[in-house]
Amino acid sequence: MKRRTLLATGASAAVAAAMGMPVRAEGHEPLKVGFIYIGPVGDGGWTYQHDQGRLAVEEHFGDAVETIYQENVPESADAERAITQMVLSGADLIFTTSFGYMDATNTVAGKFPDVKFEHATGYRRDHPNVSTYDARFYEGRAVIGHIAGKMTKTNKIGYIASFPIPEVIQGINSSFLHAKKVNPDVEMVVIWAYTWFDPAKEADAAKAMIEQGVDVILQHTDSTAPQAAAAEAGNVFTFGQASDMAAFKPSPRIASIIDNWNPYYIKRVQDVIDGTWESGHSWGGMAEGEVVIGEITDAVPADVKAEAEAMIAAITAGEYHPFTGPINKQDGTPFLAEGEVATDLQLVQMDFYLEGMLGDIPS
Amino acid sequence: MIRLEKRPQPSKVWTWATPVLAVVATMIFGGLMFALLGKDPVLAIRTIFYDPLFGEFSSYSRPQLLVKAGPLILIATGLAMGFRAGIWNIGAEGQYIIGAVFAASVGLAAYPAESVLIFPAMVIAGAVGGTLWAMIPAVLRVKFGTNEILVSLMLVYVAENILAYAALGPLRNPDGMGFPGSRNLSQYPSAANLDLIPGTGMHWGVVAALIAVIFGYILLSRHILGFQIRLAGQAPRAAAFSGVNPGRLVLICMGIAGALAGLAGMFEVAGPAGRISIDFNVGYGFTAIIVAFLGRLHPVGILLAGLLMALTYIGGEVAQLTLGLPVAAIQLFQGMLLFFLLAVDVLTNYSLRWSGREVA
Repeated sequence: MKRRTLLATGASAAVAAAMGMPVRAEGHEPLKVGFIYIGPVGDGGWTYQHDQGRLAVEEHFGDAVETIYQENVPESADAERAITQMVLSGADLIFTTSFGYMDATNTVAGKFPDVKFEHATGYRRDHPNVSTYDARFYEGRAVIGHIAGKMTKTNKIGYIASFPIPEVIQGINSSFLHAKKVNPDVEMVVIWAYTWFDPAKEADAAKAMIEQGVDVILQHTDSTAPQAAAAEAGNVFTFGQASDMAAFKPSPRIASIIDNWNPYYIKRVQDVIDGTWESGHSWGGMAEGEVVIGEITDAVPADVKAEAEAMIAAITAGEYHPFTGPINKQDGTPFLAEGEVATDLQLVQMDFYLEGMLGDIPS
Repeated sequence: MIRLEKRPQPSKVWTWATPVLAVVATMIFGGLMFALLGKDPVLAIRTIFYDPLFGEFSSYSRPQLLVKAGPLILIATGLAMGFRAGIWNIGAEGQYIIGAVFAASVGLAAYPAESVLIFPAMVIAGAVGGTLWAMIPAVLRVKFGTNEILVSLMLVYVAENILAYAALGPLRNPDGMGFPGSRNLSQYPSAANLDLIPGTGMHWGVVAALIAVIFGYILLSRHILGFQIRLAGQAPRAAAFSGVNPGRLVLICMGIAGALAGLAGMFEVAGPAGRISIDFNVGYGFTAIIVAFLGRLHPVGILLAGLLMALTYIGGEVAQLTLGLPVAAIQLFQGMLLFFLLAVDVLTNYSLRWSGREVA
């Protein structure tokens, strides 16, 4: 951080304060882009990947853009203050990177119509200066589900789930569907952790699964604790979540599903610079480079790896949709007919398991 | 050599000077830490202590200080009563949670009806919830002699699980796409605890905190109960001889603390937080313990300490944002405050004596 500019802003701040004007800093040259993070930037998962996106923006735009961030912002009353303070300190575009910031983001957006807001994984756009964005993680889940189905010897796959919301349920269904395609005997054990990031809880969940005979673990939580638990148990495979989690290569981590926000963040910053930014919902996937499968290690047999790569290519090319009928719901009623592809609306409202899943979604 | 000599009476001067000294020491060592992190220490300290009050955006952050200090002062005032009497309620966080859950349940049960009675009913529910939760360790101590420190602390974790259950189950927003968390009470006019004068941060919880400070002051200095509380803390045997019923005192002190913590939870859930969610509690109940001691267990001291603590929170956030200080450094900085307070507290009870000619 350049101290010179900070002192200069300090001076202008004093002037504004003296005039008693509660206005936000104006007239700065570079576009100021802010990020609100749910976890620490060093969580090695979700927040880490968003921060990589921030760094990519800095690198791509150089001096034209200045970025600021605040980490560990609780999804409580503090979120609204953190976002407001970011606006006051001159941010022109703010990415709020957790579902729980939805109300706070929309409230602050209503007060500052000139600032653009981008809320990750949400669905509310109350004002024309709010956009939402998400990634088609279910595409990646299909690939790792396929690998998991091939790799399990006990035919038991574990899934550490976070919250029973459509995004998470899509992931469970997608991976189960593709595991079952290659291994009809497969069973999926789901544990709801009710957290996005809690190493202790995630480790407990992983250990409980391993004791139940699970030998492949998927996770929708962001810490590496399940990888560590699997490494300790031995003969258990895992997949990196959100970030590559490369430290656990080549085993237990045999592949990973990486959130790559870089292209989206760069595009949106460019839109603001060009004056072409508009409110909307973005849902990019493998084709847009937002969902990436990390290196599939040699612990995976070559033929399985080749199949996985073929699936990645097919999804990226738009030739294959992970939810293609015939698919039935858990209760046996039809979800998609032969050859029918799930619509985005069906996906964002998904609140049921697919046929063959055991247990219930908590409600 | 420096020698410590026990004072016959705790020093009146040092009682009030130590908190100031602790703040100064925190600034010095905190500044040193910021310097080691490669930040300008003077700028960092200024950002934390000065900017939220008089800086560029103080018109926004000053009201926020009240929002943050309100629950701290309310809870700490209640805790101080017990601490004075040697009753250690460490579980205000749990009482805060249960107060909020009770209050939110009443508010959500009434939704979407509009009535002036809903808000007062929620206030009562919050106080009742907090009191009931505090009564568990209180009754256990009176009846079975259990340790209220352990029981009240453990009940925080029970309360957190009840909170999670409420957010996922009975109180979940039916229109929330399956995500845990209740409806937003601050968007429900009859239940909303909004700023009394918009933009001031002055909501009912802050008003309640000020009333609690005044009543706490009167109670402790003018009322027979306050005398009994102080006596029980300073000389338990003398208290027993003068007819103080220790069991009754435990129930009263825990009850007051629980009620005030429950009220703080109620005002928070209906106002700034707006909703019951799994992460609803952010540690006010624990931070209030620091505030109570920083304020010398005196209501007026607590008022000042609560504002100071809120300042380090708000200033810490500003420092994160403008200087890029990591959140862990801010938390360490706040921890230093309690550490130095406890360390310099020795001066209240001991005096320093120089002896011999050795250089210290």
